[in-house]
Amino acid sequence: MVHLRYLAVLLGCLLGSGWLEFFLRTRVYRRWLRLVVTVLPVVLVFVLWDIYAIGHLHWTFDPQAITTVIVIKGVPLDEVLFFIIIPICAILTFEAVRSSHPQWHTKDDVK
Amino acid sequence: MTYTQLALVGVALTIVIDVSVLRTKLVRRKVFWYSYGIIVIFQLISNGFLTGYEMVQYDGDAIIGQTSPQHSPPPFIGQGRICFAPVEDLFFGFALILLTLSLWMWWERRGIQSDIHAGPPRESVRALVRYEE
Repeated sequence: MVHLRYLAVLLGCLLGSGWLEFFLRTRVYRRWLRLVVTVLPVVLVFVLWDIYAIGHLHWTFDPQAITTVIVIKGVPLDEVLFFIIIPICAILTFEAVRSSHPQWHTKDDVK
Repeated sequence: MTYTQLALVGVALTIVIDVSVLRTKLVRRKVFWYSYGIIVIFQLISNGFLTGYEMVQYDGDAIIGQTSPQHSPPPFIGQGRICFAPVEDLFFGFALILLTLSLWMWWERRGIQSDIHAGPPRESVRALVRYEE
């Protein structure tokens, strides 16, 4: 279990935000195509940042806490999943607020 | 560049992307700041686990605070830290979230699954959330 501690935090984030999809009808996962085209560029940009930061030792990981599966240039799988899951959590929160505060819609929002 | 510098550049660039490039102008909207206020609380909690349990450690040369200690948690607050994490993480997180939500709204305007909308909340939770038509 030791190598799964980082992933356990990410699982907590997924579960902590996932209920919004059902109870507040955020319909984020249902808009899977927009989710994919939104998250892909974010992953690209932040993995580049991660490569730089890991290369310059801005941050390091406890090898006991992560999967140690390296995706690219020292970036562990755990980090790549972070850059996928955290944006999903943010979008779920944003859509939950939109769902419960329709009075904040502007004419910019596609109706 | 240090993490401190990169984090500030990241915030500046994402604001430019939001306001001038994608023109989603989320930083001028209540719905964004209200959402961010919720997200940042959960960021401090989840990031607190990652840094407090020393899964991720930072180099003092790259941040305002000091290098993460080897066999004990960093300060909970103070010395450039908040909830164990470097304050730089707040800027990093802001850039991550603003870029994400700006792209999400940009694709909405471009018509990618724009016929699907959030809400309204289920009857069972309408009493719990402030819901106004």
